Amino acid sequence: MALATPPVTAVDRLAEPAPGRRRRRFTTGRALTYTVLTVGVAVWLLPFVWMVLGSVKTQREILIKPPTIWPENPTGDNFARWFTDLDFGQFFTNSVVVAVITVLGNLVFCSMVGYALAKMDFPGKRVLFTLVMVMLMVPGVVTFVPLFVQVTSLGLLNTYPALILPFLTQPLGVFLMRQFMLGIPEPLMEAARIDGAGELRIFARVVMPLCGPPLATLGILTFLGSWNNFLWPLVAAQSQDMYTLPVALSLYATGQQGTDYGLLLAGAVLIITPILLLFVALQRYFIQGVATAGLK
Amino acid sequence: MFAAPFVLVFGFFMLVPLVSSFAMSFTDFTSRDVRSPLAVNFVGLQQYLDLFGDARFLKSLGVTATFVVVGIPVTMAVALALAVALNSGIGRFRAAFRVGFYAPVVTSIVAVSVVWRYILQPDGLLNTALGWVGIDGPNWLNDTTWALPSLIMMAVWRNVGTLMVIFLAGLQAVPTEVQEAAVMDGASPWRRFVSVTLPLLRPTLLLGAVLISVGYLQFFEEAFVMTQGGPLDSTLSTAFYTFEQFGFGKYGFASAASYVLFLAIALLSLLQFRLLRSKD
Repeated sequence: MALATPPVTAVDRLAEPAPGRRRRRFTTGRALTYTVLTVGVAVWLLPFVWMVLGSVKTQREILIKPPTIWPENPTGDNFARWFTDLDFGQFFTNSVVVAVITVLGNLVFCSMVGYALAKMDFPGKRVLFTLVMVMLMVPGVVTFVPLFVQVTSLGLLNTYPALILPFLTQPLGVFLMRQFMLGIPEPLMEAARIDGAGELRIFARVVMPLCGPPLATLGILTFLGSWNNFLWPLVAAQSQDMYTLPVALSLYATGQQGTDYGLLLAGAVLIITPILLLFVALQRYFIQGVATAGLK
Repeated sequence: MFAAPFVLVFGFFMLVPLVSSFAMSFTDFTSRDVRSPLAVNFVGLQQYLDLFGDARFLKSLGVTATFVVVGIPVTMAVALALAVALNSGIGRFRAAFRVGFYAPVVTSIVAVSVVWRYILQPDGLLNTALGWVGIDGPNWLNDTTWALPSLIMMAVWRNVGTLMVIFLAGLQAVPTEVQEAAVMDGASPWRRFVSVTLPLLRPTLLLGAVLISVGYLQFFEEAFVMTQGGPLDSTLSTAFYTFEQFGFGKYGFASAASYVLFLAIALLSLLQFRLLRSKD
């Protein structure tokens, strides 16, 4: 095999190795890179492993010095307590309801305004787009105080609408959809227009079916943002029956159960696992999303 | 018509709060005024004067600045090293490594803060591991010297994945011809990295810095779950301070604090965008 390939120049090393050449280039440098990366990834994933191991230990074992690595008597008690002592079902439902409606709202509304900004002319278009770009920068910590006052005066505090409405559309989503729709060729829409289709029909039947990739990215980013969102739900959800998962976990972590690590770690496992599974299944879209969001 | 639902939500839940936050910061608005918002008094710059007269607020600015100034270079350096390693022809396992380093990015900060608190306990995993090599680790989160570095360490762990992905994309866009030319001139790999790759990567690096710094400037959850701003305010971030003042019902004061933070974020973004543009 080595005989069949041309001599290697330094330049070749820079390029992505072709499949046939891969094995031959196993140099010390390469081995070192692999070792460092493997150790690195192990360290990076260790907190997750430690979380899972801790979540099935008994409270007594968690406090042992020095810590044991493998649980001596693995137990599901910590998880069970989330369902018996605490209302995990309610927290989970809240998180799911808020996330799903937020995602749907973003998919529909961001595409609509993205379409308007990309393909239509209307007064104030430029102003609207500028405002969207400005709002991309505004962090939640700046608006949460007046938002709280507004939501309170509307009597919405501690309701689903309070948790959902402020996130029903987001500037990043509008930007994503607009950028993608700018690339959709006009003739396609012209043809539909000649066939007598109205704007709504063109939007629903011609444009939307082409928008799979940005919709997937937007959906995932929004779901992630909603599932992990903390500051606003912490302020807007005032009673247990409205807590989302992170809010519930944070309040137990800082409250009287603050050192009940078994319970807290089990909670962390319950919050992180669905997202990690989703991530592993759809990693391409997740990572694409970051790259796209980064290109703003 | 297409923009209408968006304009409603956007206007009411984003623009109005942004403007009223600004307006509130010039009033003595407190939690008692929620029912009659128009009855508040205009106090001019008093809230801002009080803010900058409060040693704790100044402390929070220092903590936030440290978090950003230390956290960002460290995150960027680690992410760049990983991106270069992943780009150096790790064909088969690149995807797997990428998933591994990226995984923390998708997790809830609250949940991972709980895990890190567990790891950083006086007798936790980290100190046990340090014990094996003869180091007597500190009580990380209860030590005024080590609490903030602990939070920075966790932020680096959680955010490296984002920058790694962005840098990797940037590295892959570096034209091979340029590298080849450098090789022909006999440049060593290190020299090639410093003199060819890094300058070409400049826009990508700046972009990464902007993205991460906006997040780092607002750091809140870590402090909320792991330290509650302590010990002795050593991890009191400006966002946490704002939240605390909101909790005391001092809404006008909290708005002023949040606007100072916003100004810092806006200035930093502008500065970095200018830097980006000047090199285009």
